[in-house]
Amino acid sequence: MQNNDIKVKELTVNMGPQHPATHGVLRLVLELEGEVIKKCIPHIGYLHRGIEKLSEDLTYVQSLPLTDRIDYLSSMVNNVGFCVAVEKLMGIEVPERAKFIRTMMAEMARICSHLVWIATHALDIGAMTVFLYAMRDREELLEMFEMVSGARLTVSYPRVGGVRCDINNRFLDKLYNFIEKFPKKVEEYETLINRNRIWLKRTKGVGVITAQEAINWGLTGPTLRGSGVYYDVRKFFPYDAYEKVDFDVPVGKNGDVYDRYRCRMLEFRQSARIIKQCIEKLPEGPILADNALRIRMPESPLKIDKKDIIFEIYIEDKQIQEFIQKFTEVYASVEAPRGELGFYIVCDDSSKPYRMRVRAPSFVHAGVLPKLCEGSLVADVIANIGSIDIVLGECDR
Amino acid sequence: MDTLYIIAITIIKTAVYFGILMLHVAYATYAERKVIGHIQLRLGPMVVGPHGILQPIADVIKLLLKEDIVPAKVDKAIFKAAPIISLTAALSTFAVIPVDKNWIIADINVGLLYVIGIAGIGTYGIIFSGWASNSKYAFLGGLRSAAQMVSYEVALGLSLVGVILMAESFNLTEIVNKQTEYWYGMFLFPQIIAYFVFVVAMLAETNRLPFDLPEAETELVAGYFVEYSGIRFSLFYLAEYLAMFCMSALATICFWGGWTAPPILIKTFPILEFVPGFVWFLIKVYFHIFLFFWLRGTLPRYRYDQLMAIGWKVLIPLALINIVVTSIVKYYY
Amino acid sequence: MNPAEIVKKISEKFSEEVLWFVCFRDECSIVLKKEKVKEILRYLKNTPGLEFDYLVDLTAVDYLGFREPRFDVVYHLTSIKHRHRIRVKAQVPEKDCCIDSVTDLWATANWFERECFDMFGIHFNGHPDLRRILMPEDWKGFPLRKDYPVRSDLGDGEWETYKELKETAKAWKENAE
Repeated sequence: MQNNDIKVKELTVNMGPQHPATHGVLRLVLELEGEVIKKCIPHIGYLHRGIEKLSEDLTYVQSLPLTDRIDYLSSMVNNVGFCVAVEKLMGIEVPERAKFIRTMMAEMARICSHLVWIATHALDIGAMTVFLYAMRDREELLEMFEMVSGARLTVSYPRVGGVRCDINNRFLDKLYNFIEKFPKKVEEYETLINRNRIWLKRTKGVGVITAQEAINWGLTGPTLRGSGVYYDVRKFFPYDAYEKVDFDVPVGKNGDVYDRYRCRMLEFRQSARIIKQCIEKLPEGPILADNALRIRMPESPLKIDKKDIIFEIYIEDKQIQEFIQKFTEVYASVEAPRGELGFYIVCDDSSKPYRMRVRAPSFVHAGVLPKLCEGSLVADVIANIGSIDIVLGECDR
Repeated sequence: MDTLYIIAITIIKTAVYFGILMLHVAYATYAERKVIGHIQLRLGPMVVGPHGILQPIADVIKLLLKEDIVPAKVDKAIFKAAPIISLTAALSTFAVIPVDKNWIIADINVGLLYVIGIAGIGTYGIIFSGWASNSKYAFLGGLRSAAQMVSYEVALGLSLVGVILMAESFNLTEIVNKQTEYWYGMFLFPQIIAYFVFVVAMLAETNRLPFDLPEAETELVAGYFVEYSGIRFSLFYLAEYLAMFCMSALATICFWGGWTAPPILIKTFPILEFVPGFVWFLIKVYFHIFLFFWLRGTLPRYRYDQLMAIGWKVLIPLALINIVVTSIVKYYY
Repeated sequence: MNPAEIVKKISEKFSEEVLWFVCFRDECSIVLKKEKVKEILRYLKNTPGLEFDYLVDLTAVDYLGFREPRFDVVYHLTSIKHRHRIRVKAQVPEKDCCIDSVTDLWATANWFERECFDMFGIHFNGHPDLRRILMPEDWKGFPLRKDYPVRSDLGDGEWETYKELKETAKAWKENAE
């Protein structure tokens, strides 16, 4: 997009789509007056793969690997989200052991994702050493993912109705050792940047958004909690084993880049706490429900228990009742590391979803970039992009 | 005959200096990658030669053999002239730097002024490259870099005035000799504030972290030399490392006693008398170069307006206060 | 207030606009005609006791062949204060494919509505900047409609601009040789 009415004083600079600091293929067109940004226009869609359209052609079990690739840095959480939504739709009850395993995996994915976040955010602002320390720790977590599912990044481990295979004591020992040492490692990162004057000057007071505006703009996750709003899907609409473990949700005060940074650093410790409790409380039992969806799904319609549909129709039309009985829909969300990841599935009783909609937090957060960046300096754009933590795979789907 | 003899000696001296200097600069790039690698818990170059020792040679060969790309719409004459100006300016400063007693190419009486003046010409190379590249990123980077260097040159010069007052001369050899008259042997201790200002200004003059916003990879993708490749890029790179060495040498001479050791140290360990002067000089210069690398591996980057604020609002007042205090003390003693 | 009560309250207050409501698996959705959607959403946002201050998602579903108003624009709302959720659906026919924009109620609707327009072709009245967001600017067709194929046989010919670009590049290369 060319902006042809460039006035005398303004300079239009194009950041991306290939740029070391935009965390993927994001294109920002900045109109500068000196160092101050007058207008910031994000262009997305470079990584659009049509996941929603593809899933209309595949069965539920086949579209599980598609959901891995939505937010590829924390793929366990996407799978859990999809499974929670489909289980809600079909009325499948997940066994206890599978619930605890899924909670554990989701929190491991959260730590992984936040490690990549701190690595790239610090690297953009200039502290290069944090990048390598965080990647060293992430290697151990990726090895554990490989132990349990065979893949490091796009795991496809949870299944609709439980998880794919069981975990053994070797895995639990390794995880326990990692979690014991992890809080010290987080302190190592913090010594480098937490009270460093340069870091504080680059992040305090930058990219401020108030609580009211944040809710209005639809932000979720640590981006919202940095502004002081206590909203966490794990506490408000619990799923899996989150009601049985004890954890806090850190909330910031000012809504600037520094508060969002502190929220995520504290979330490291809370995730470690959750994983420890999950390991201690892990019950014995089956890992897949009896009526879980199996790989070779028949072409015949699904049997969903629709006894609890309540409806009331206010117009004269005979076909509406049939329509309501045929098309059931459900919306379920999980707390992804980036925000609220939601799945809205419309089912028409066949083995393929009629419509699967992925509500991606990065899409909303990329939309708030103009508001954060306009009026600030060019160097602050980098700090802002790092603090809202977008992944373009999720943004574009 | 006499003049021919002098000219011959000078040419030989220059050739030797140049050779050793280039070797140092090449291995400084290797040392940087090793030091920063170890700070970041990794090993740095290990493949070329034992422990990667031949890495700089491989880099030089690669850069020399690369295709010389001159983009279509640049201002060709200025584009090609810019790296040459930078390199010439950086190399010329070494003409007056003494490594040991009488080991100097040109012993002039205004040595310090000459160094600071020629370092200022280096700024032209940056402005030319930023302008001639005809690219918005290079332009922004060049502007920022030039403004940063000009501001910090003021602080650099003012911090050295204290040293000049104490040494009562601009001649670099004289400055070193004056330092041996004190028992602690260095101007570091009385001029500690000026040393601090000098170190910070030194980082900004050479565009190193934490003041490397003009050439930061994540902000402007290498700033003013984004359009250069191959030999021209290597000339800029050399100029940057030469500037680092020049500033370290200046810091050693003016604040750390050059090629001498503090007299009190020689009295307690008489064996140190036998250590030749240039070894002391090299150790001190290497320490300063290590300081550059250490800061790069540890600190984040300053934003541009904060950078300028430090240069004008913090360093210059400190340097001025130092001058006033030094003059008062000198007057009464 | 639990969702079932909210839905009954809305049905009573706006009885001419509500077509039907469904409660399934502890979620409630209410289906409206599209004319006064904005007023009802504003009522949901501002009334004390309801206060749906957070628009979670805005999307559309295409019921081609199953139902006459072809599209359903779906709004998911959550109240952070009261911890409840609701789904509001508005029926949009194919002939008059437009609906009011809610950008001034929730700023997040800006990009959601752009995506809805991009994928389904539903026009939003009053939207400040309605243009394509995920597909290229000059793409023809609306991908998530049911009559748009999943796999295309056109290959490179599917996107006009890309075909033109390849021809320009070929011409330039032939000129240069």
